[in-house]
Amino acid sequence: MEQQPEQNVTERQRTEPVVQQQERQEDQTAPEARVFETKNVSLWYSAFRAVTDVSLSVHENEITAFIGPSGCGKTTVLRTLNRMNDLVVGARVEGDVWYRGESLYAKDVSAIAVRRRIGMVFQKPNPFPKSIYDNVAYGPRINGIHNRGKLEEIVERSLRQAALWDEVKNRLKASALGLSGGQAQRLCIARTLAVEPDVVLMDEPCSALDPIATAAIEDLMHEIKSRYTIVIVTHNMQQATRVSDRTAFFSVLRDEKSDTRTGVLVEYGRTEQIFQDPQDSRTKAYVTGRMG
Amino acid sequence: MAVTAEPKVDLREPASWRRTKNRIVTALMYFALVLVIVPLGFVLFTVISKGASIISGQFLTAAIPPQVLPGGIGGMGPAVVGTLEITGLATLMAVPLGVLGAVYLNEYGGRNLLARLIGFFSDVMTGVPSIVMGLFIYAIWVVHFGFSGLAGAFALACLMLPVVIRSSDEMLKLVPNALREGSYALGATRARVTLTVVLPTAIGGIVSGALLAVARAAGETAPLLFTILTVTATNTNVFSGANTSLPSQIFSNAILPYSGAQSRAWGAALTLIAIAFILMIVARVITARFTRLGR
Repeated sequence: MEQQPEQNVTERQRTEPVVQQQERQEDQTAPEARVFETKNVSLWYSAFRAVTDVSLSVHENEITAFIGPSGCGKTTVLRTLNRMNDLVVGARVEGDVWYRGESLYAKDVSAIAVRRRIGMVFQKPNPFPKSIYDNVAYGPRINGIHNRGKLEEIVERSLRQAALWDEVKNRLKASALGLSGGQAQRLCIARTLAVEPDVVLMDEPCSALDPIATAAIEDLMHEIKSRYTIVIVTHNMQQATRVSDRTAFFSVLRDEKSDTRTGVLVEYGRTEQIFQDPQDSRTKAYVTGRMG
Repeated sequence: MAVTAEPKVDLREPASWRRTKNRIVTALMYFALVLVIVPLGFVLFTVISKGASIISGQFLTAAIPPQVLPGGIGGMGPAVVGTLEITGLATLMAVPLGVLGAVYLNEYGGRNLLARLIGFFSDVMTGVPSIVMGLFIYAIWVVHFGFSGLAGAFALACLMLPVVIRSSDEMLKLVPNALREGSYALGATRARVTLTVVLPTAIGGIVSGALLAVARAAGETAPLLFTILTVTATNTNVFSGANTSLPSQIFSNAILPYSGAQSRAWGAALTLIAIAFILMIVARVITARFTRLGR
């Protein structure tokens, strides 16, 4: 922590070139494969600028990981991707967020419609105090599916996708609050998959889980990758290397003069490159465990 | 292998001021408990011992004899009918309105001026003396439309409303934000989130809070003084004509010099406590029912 200020002062100027260099690399992929594209996105909580000038693109059927120390704004960026920050009083987005070519924050875009296509799994498992079945059927019911047979089919398929079916098939009517932490998180994933989203955003989905449950969820991510695009925020660098195709490293930028801090995207690229050949010294310090 | 050596560590606590403090505070706690239980038990014991012999199926249904006659206990039929009518009607008015108000404060209003204003005034209303509510309804309703059960229900509803709003508000606040976000993340609208996640999660607490407000309102005398006029005849039409209620009858009978009237008042008192007790049990059962899945 003590070493950060001087490090940041010397490296502040280098932020822009590295990100732009990464962008040029991304430009070579076909534009239709890009699910999200953000351009100079900043997010304000009232007068506090939580993240500044984030530009990155998320690619179809890939797993993109956001890593970085606490307070660097990775969760904030994730929540701008399905407009969850709309629910926070005083939150304001600057810059452009494009989702499959459409501006997410355009005036006529409904946050409800956005969230139906872009689902989210939270850090702490948050099953509703309803039965397991009703938890999974919740999303489809919102979308107007009330046919019993259809719902049962969706519930079974989603629970199977989330690798939870065998454990709960005999107690679908039991309360979801009786599940263990790992099971509850997989239930939340099943609940998200039940609405057949295009993208699944995961906010540190394994931080409350033990290694076995974590492995189960990572396996599950690999399995569903072919059908969904996944963006995952994680504190765990090993997890990022295990699951992700691309990694974005965020860091905290302190301004000593005005005593403010804000999150910035330091480096974004293929996961192997970020971990084996980081271009920015801050990334290198973080991925080798010297900082953060 | 009998080891009789001196223990290496002494885990016993040395006699100290901390232990003494602990004993003193524990004793004070038990004393406070007794202080609370004794008056409560004494009230219950008195009412039950004086009222138990009077209550019967006949007492609950028979007419109230004219108060000038010293003899005969008669019954409390009209008052039971009146209390059920008036508090029932007041509940129908205050509970839905109060719950909806709390939903507005918590789910829709956020921190805007209107929500803060409503929250503030409902808190102020909680402190308004019940007789003032009675006078208020007298001035704006009874003066124009005459005494009626409806007027009494208005007064009780005014009394219940802030209590229902406050207790529902507290229950809605307890619903974890993570549940709301989980629902929003699936593409639910605000109304959906409120109806399918927030209210079902909080319903147990809301119902028991509402029933506590009902039980309190059922025992109110003051707001009814200027609104129902307290007659002795049964009035099944809650919307017009003077009515009566158990607390009003307790008051008017207990101040009479006749032993029959006084017994009648004790019987009415026990009936009222029984009604409150039944409501509490219903509240508990409903809470347990709704929280079965919630645990």
